[in-house]
Amino acid sequence: MENLLSIVTFIPALAALILLVFLRGDDEDANRNAKWVAMFATSATFLVSLFILAGFDPQDTGFQFVEERDWLLGLQYKMGVDGISVLFVMLTTFMMPLVIAASWNVTLRVKEYMIAFLLLETLMLGVFMALDLVLFYLFFEAGLIPMFLIIGIWGGANRIYASFKFFLYTFLGSVLMLVAMVGMFADAGTTDIEALLRHEFTFSDFSILGVQIVGGMQTLLFLAFFASFAVKMPMWPVHTWLPDAHVQAPTAGSVVLAAILLKLGGYGFIRFSLPMFPVAAEIWSPMILWMSAIAIVYTSLVALVQEDMKKLIAYSSVAHMGFVTMGIFAANQQGVDGAIFQMISHGFISGALFLCVGVIYDRMHTRDIDAYGGLVNRMPAYALIFMLFTMANVGLPGTSGFVGEFLTLMAVFQVNTWVAAVATTGVIFSAAYALWLYRRVVMGDLIKESLKSITDMTPRERWIFAPLVAMTLLLGVYPALVLDVTGPSVAALVANYDTALAAAEAASQLASN
Amino acid sequence: MTSADLNLILPEIILSLYAMGMLLVAVYTTKDALASTLVFLTAGLMVTLGAWITVHGSGTNVAFNGMLIEDGFARFAKVTILFSAAAVLVMSENYMKQRDLLRFEYPLLVALAAVGMMVMVSAGDLMTLYMGLELQSLALYVVASLRRDSVKSTEAGLKYFVLGALSSGLLLYGASLVYGYAGTTLFSGIIETAQHGDVSLGLLFGLVFLIAGMAFKVSAVPFHMWTPDVYEGAPTPVTAFFATAPKVAAMGLFARVLHDAFGNAVSDWSQIVALLSVCSMFLGAVAAIGQTNIKRLMAFSSIAHMGYALMGLAAGTVLGVQAMLIYMAIYVTMNVGTFAFILMMERDGQPVTDIRALNMYSKKEPGKALAVLVLMFSLAGVPPMLGFFGKFYVLRAAYEGGLAWLAVAGVVASVIGAYYYLRIVFYMYFGDESEEGLDAGGSPILSGFLLVSAAIMVLGIANMFGVEAAAASAAATLVN
Repeated sequence: MENLLSIVTFIPALAALILLVFLRGDDEDANRNAKWVAMFATSATFLVSLFILAGFDPQDTGFQFVEERDWLLGLQYKMGVDGISVLFVMLTTFMMPLVIAASWNVTLRVKEYMIAFLLLETLMLGVFMALDLVLFYLFFEAGLIPMFLIIGIWGGANRIYASFKFFLYTFLGSVLMLVAMVGMFADAGTTDIEALLRHEFTFSDFSILGVQIVGGMQTLLFLAFFASFAVKMPMWPVHTWLPDAHVQAPTAGSVVLAAILLKLGGYGFIRFSLPMFPVAAEIWSPMILWMSAIAIVYTSLVALVQEDMKKLIAYSSVAHMGFVTMGIFAANQQGVDGAIFQMISHGFISGALFLCVGVIYDRMHTRDIDAYGGLVNRMPAYALIFMLFTMANVGLPGTSGFVGEFLTLMAVFQVNTWVAAVATTGVIFSAAYALWLYRRVVMGDLIKESLKSITDMTPRERWIFAPLVAMTLLLGVYPALVLDVTGPSVAALVANYDTALAAAEAASQLASN
Repeated sequence: MTSADLNLILPEIILSLYAMGMLLVAVYTTKDALASTLVFLTAGLMVTLGAWITVHGSGTNVAFNGMLIEDGFARFAKVTILFSAAAVLVMSENYMKQRDLLRFEYPLLVALAAVGMMVMVSAGDLMTLYMGLELQSLALYVVASLRRDSVKSTEAGLKYFVLGALSSGLLLYGASLVYGYAGTTLFSGIIETAQHGDVSLGLLFGLVFLIAGMAFKVSAVPFHMWTPDVYEGAPTPVTAFFATAPKVAAMGLFARVLHDAFGNAVSDWSQIVALLSVCSMFLGAVAAIGQTNIKRLMAFSSIAHMGYALMGLAAGTVLGVQAMLIYMAIYVTMNVGTFAFILMMERDGQPVTDIRALNMYSKKEPGKALAVLVLMFSLAGVPPMLGFFGKFYVLRAAYEGGLAWLAVAGVVASVIGAYYYLRIVFYMYFGDESEEGLDAGGSPILSGFLLVSAAIMVLGIANMFGVEAAAASAAATLVN
């Protein structure tokens, strides 16, 4: 099975092609067929991807399952996974069947809907597996197209604005990265990520138009990549596209956005920024740490005053991504491990929270917090599940949310105590907004007339949540499941980072003597 | 004048003899009744000649004492020109017949224009250059005003003619300056003059005027004013023709002059071309935002695309020329598909050019809407479409040619430009159904061109159908 990664990546695309070519008509049967084809394809992808996990050797810090083929202009079609990316691949294949199941009630243009999600899965998997710069960019950017359509066609009332904002915002962030990639290609003579990880980009200062660039080429490349990943993450202050996109997207779109698309930025930081431009990362890390701390506190406060449930969860996502960037740029073992763990766990938790909103939105067609209250009386099962994920979102020990936050906070404490102190207050705020949301929606008496006849979750909905509940609790009590896989690769990454910094330090001392 | 010389320009001779002969035949027989046949005959002849050039051409050959150069570069450009001209001819037949526009002169004028373009890209002398350019331009002026009873069409033709004459004047003035200071009109002679020490001020002046004249032909800012009006006024099939083959020819000529005649003065012209490029990219991107007429929109889009092609040229390297050639090949393919769609835009049988009419087109024609979506994202340069690779090549060429700032400007302009391509997608997919849309259906030939062009944009990313290697060898013959 030497093409395993390509097979996993392109199963959904193949299913999309089959739907596109063979499925005719717009009636009930055609819609049902589209749903089942999508369900079957995503489930098959997940099952096949289990082979990756089974065959993966965590102790090997290099890339595994590597495929290589020549492509245009000296580029390569090269795929592979290591301890950093393999779990993101698994997260993607794991979430997609749930996303399809959560879209079972879609009635508008079902065939196109399923095609868009299937293509999106292929593109997201490709991002995590690509080992060629341009191939990575290809998958990274192409994901905008289906997401643009998902928000624009199946979104809420203000969907047009949100879709354009989403597309142009993230497109602008990414094109600078493209120029940086061209620069790296010119400098290193290759676009092979494996080779680039070993290549040392120059960091001697130079000046452009009289402005001194500390860190030289590395700084410029780092900033170009930063522009892209920071928007994608999203980091404060370039997070403003996310609440709009989340609120307007359909439930399944929000789930994919929160659970997987946001992770592309964090993955990019770990794959490119830290190991390829260590000197620049060191120069800029204090600023990024503070930006993360501000993000955590500021967006938590913003979340507190939201009246739209989706917007609240969207802001809470930004806050949680703040922990991720903080962990990554603490640049030690706990930090990077914690960041990966936080991203995986956030994938489950925020995905589940958006599904929770979807459950009541499907019934009441409103996301206003004020429109609800006392749901526990008529929806006990829903109240239980919502509570579990609210607690996980807060970071209660025993849930996976705790482990990631704890690791990243511990990591940043070793680097910058003040940032750690500020960020920790964010944990308190997150408890405030999450619990307050829960109280307003679920607790109290059921007094609103419109809610009197609301029904509890259907079996389909319960089954969607079951795997998410299991994973959240499992990772909460036994985090080694993730950390054992990521550990060796992260250790190698951190060791390389420290070596590169020490070498740069020695070189600059030599120069000054 | 030996037979070897004539042999080398056999395709040009055949095409011009054909055009003139058929002109006589049509005049003395049934006139416009012959037009449909002539369209397909001309297209067939062009494709045959294109295939013949592909198969037979080899090496670098010089004819008429260096006045004509037939090398890999010329062949690449000629094949692109012939194929795209043939495609546009075939596309226009049905549209023009329905609207009673199909005159027998149309295919023959296009054929003559193609001859002019073929001479342009293999010019080795300023005189040959001017001859080719004028032959092409005169034919184009006439086809622009093909719809004689329409004010807009005649205005377009007249505007094109007056401004074109002005630009030809600039070009001639530049040519005379170059001749005065170099003592020869042969490119091979000019390049030697430039070799001995610096380029003299007079020669530099001549170069600037030459560039201005050619920039007009590729519609680079600030010589672009005619483009939107001519595109809008001319009948749509003619617009499709303007947007494809002549652009390739003009870019080919541009590269030919800059490298063959001024290849030793790269630093002198590189900055001029870079400026043209950056202005075109930004103006093309910004000015198209407010357009609702799809033909004007495509005019600004083509201005922006010429900016990107010039970016490759500005690098002044082999890679730059290769990038430019690949970019033009991709650009032409995208535009053929897009104009095939524009030709299909009708409501109650009448042509529509307002993009708001695209409302919910995806409901009526999901297949075609998807093809247009692919083309729009490709024009915007969003991966994984082939348009992205065109941009990637020119960016790389610019960066490695030391023009990193130009590459940054280019990508920023591409984000601005993405907006109006997205807007077309927005009308097709997100619009509301209350408004009146377009007619469904459309001729199978046009649908075929649209779908094939979109398919190329997606499938081409595997290996670009070998165009990459062809462009590489073509560029290598031009730049030494």
